[in-house]
Amino acid sequence: MLALQRKLGVNRLAWAFLLPNLILFGLFAFLPVILNVFYAMTGGDNVLLADRPDVGARNFVTLLDCENYLDVNSCREDKFWRAVWNTVRFVILQVGFMVGFALLTAIILNRDIRARGFFRSVFFFPVLLSPVVVALIWKWILQREGVLNAFLDWTGAGGINWLVDAQWAFGWSVFISVWAHMGFYTLILLAGLQAIPRDVYEAALMDRANAWRTFRRITLPLLAPTMLVVLILALIKGVQTFDEVYAFTGGGPGTATTFIIQYIYEEGFAGAPRLFGLAAAASLLVAGVLVVLTLIQLRISRNNVDG
Amino acid sequence: MKKTILTTTAMVAGLGMVAGAASAQEVRFMCYSDGNECEVYDDLANRFEADNPGIDVIVDVVPYQAILENLPVQLAAGTGPDLAKVTDLGGLNEYYLDLTDYVDADYWENSFGETLNWYRVGDRQGIYGMHSQLTITGPFVNATLFEQAGIEMPGEGATWDDWATAASAVVEATDADFPMAMDRSGHRVAGPAISYGAKYFDAEGNGSFDGFDAFAEAFVSWNEDGTMARDVWASQGGSTYADAAQEFINGEVVFYYSGSWQVGRMDEQVGDFFDWQVVGSPCGPAGPCSGMPGGAGVVGFEGTENPEAVAAFIDFLAQEDVYAEATARTRNLPAHLGVASAGVEFEDVSPAAQGALNGFAGALPDVSPIAFAYQGYAGNRAMFGITVERVSQAIVGELSVADAMERAASDLEAAMAESQ
Repeated sequence: MLALQRKLGVNRLAWAFLLPNLILFGLFAFLPVILNVFYAMTGGDNVLLADRPDVGARNFVTLLDCENYLDVNSCREDKFWRAVWNTVRFVILQVGFMVGFALLTAIILNRDIRARGFFRSVFFFPVLLSPVVVALIWKWILQREGVLNAFLDWTGAGGINWLVDAQWAFGWSVFISVWAHMGFYTLILLAGLQAIPRDVYEAALMDRANAWRTFRRITLPLLAPTMLVVLILALIKGVQTFDEVYAFTGGGPGTATTFIIQYIYEEGFAGAPRLFGLAAAASLLVAGVLVVLTLIQLRISRNNVDG
Repeated sequence: MKKTILTTTAMVAGLGMVAGAASAQEVRFMCYSDGNECEVYDDLANRFEADNPGIDVIVDVVPYQAILENLPVQLAAGTGPDLAKVTDLGGLNEYYLDLTDYVDADYWENSFGETLNWYRVGDRQGIYGMHSQLTITGPFVNATLFEQAGIEMPGEGATWDDWATAASAVVEATDADFPMAMDRSGHRVAGPAISYGAKYFDAEGNGSFDGFDAFAEAFVSWNEDGTMARDVWASQGGSTYADAAQEFINGEVVFYYSGSWQVGRMDEQVGDFFDWQVVGSPCGPAGPCSGMPGGAGVVGFEGTENPEAVAAFIDFLAQEDVYAEATARTRNLPAHLGVASAGVEFEDVSPAAQGALNGFAGALPDVSPIAFAYQGYAGNRAMFGITVERVSQAIVGELSVADAMERAASDLEAAMAESQ
């Protein structure tokens, strides 16, 4: 090793260690991104770039051609905008509930309660399940002749066709997503809570600060950096939501639970003809939004640290 | 000495392996099953291999989804199999191996007739595919429910409205949940839509949704008033396929519109639970009482390194005795005219299933020429998908029927522009 360092120099040695990872990353992350840009500027249904005609910005124009962005029926590619607005609604609700419930759960699990270890495992367990398994479990529960309707029938309340009604299907998609992923964020927040020094709480206790004041003035500010990480991760994950909702509702009823990644998948791979160009353009638009959101979050986080 | 013997043995073994690899023609067959098709083909492949030493046919069994989604990408990337069982008959034409030079073209033309056209597109007019299973859409009816309700089943020439009325009356008189159900598929609605006046082609022979709105109106209203099981079309999104076979098997549906490929499943799963039968496709206001033909076929691909071996295997499957055996064992309708005219004794089927298969076969002459042409149209998969997406949106109230049809027309125009 020393001989190699002498031969390459200290700085070059670092590059030598990084090289295998850089090659893998370049091949499987950077190269597809670059190819995606080229695909977005081409048309037709051929897979190979060389066989695809150059269409410039036509795919972007198709996606963005709208008289009124709030009225999806006025948009040329209405399916894209339905997916966009569904995703926006989903992310706001899912991230809001997710962070709120994860924080509440983490605070409770951080207290000295009985069977704490057991409950920590219980809340984390859904994270270990495959998204398809999560979707199938809930489909069995919520389908017309599912467990929940059997129970409602038994109580005399009468069943509801949960998956055929657009509002219910959307609501359950949010619920299931929160249920499935909350454990992960709870764990991060729990680690954040445990990193807060005990002496700060002891000082607050000596100053007779009540529980709410302690939470607002100590816990929340000291947990803010962790919360920010959770928020960024939940936001990105929320925008990327696909597999479990796709397996749960297939995007229906109609397009009620069709999110942007499903739109990209269906345009590019499931439908006929396969519109790789349109799908690539849509994915670049999503990537752009995610980059902007991440930069905003990082800016806020930097301000918090500096301030 | 010992070292020399070892080296020599290794060299001989190595040379043997190289020679073996050079002489063996490995042919990979990507196959999906609706029932037991791949198992039967695997068995037939063993027989073919015994008659053709040096050709090794490997049957790779894959899910249907892989045929729809992965195969086209593999073919475009040049990494596809040597042959496959496909359902997008005209859509994959550009990749097909033309069998004309390898087979007895007259025998193929006489045996497979019209179905050969389903694999042809534009100026590629060769022999490309052996239609291995012919299917036709049509209704399954729960005869026991009709009997329990004391209502007479509509007879020959009955319309969709007649069946809707009768099935609704049966539901009122029994414990059944739904009068009617139809698979969530653009292929399934095609026959009924033609009966309602859908043309599917414009004057230039391009795909079109002209005349589809009459059926769309009726279908959406049946879903709204509970005549159709709304779950099937409304509880899914995109162009995802969904069927109502399980609901029919559970005795919840009186009239289930699906197709001949479901006969095996019905035979196996309904058992003595109730009496079921196949009736001809109902008639519509436009006249025809048409189902929709379809099915799957075995095709070879141009990218193969062993075109002779691929063609030989497909030709072997296409021979009348082999085809008849495969048809009987897989319980599918034959597309081979010789086999069809001789009649097929299906293996291990109940009298009900035999009757059902005969019923479907008997409905073939009623199939509209538009339906035959639509099945062979290269853009039909795009049209099937658009139909499902837009009609579903009308059913759940996202779009009016008129808006849904307008969107369907513009989707089709965009899809055709991209395909060209």
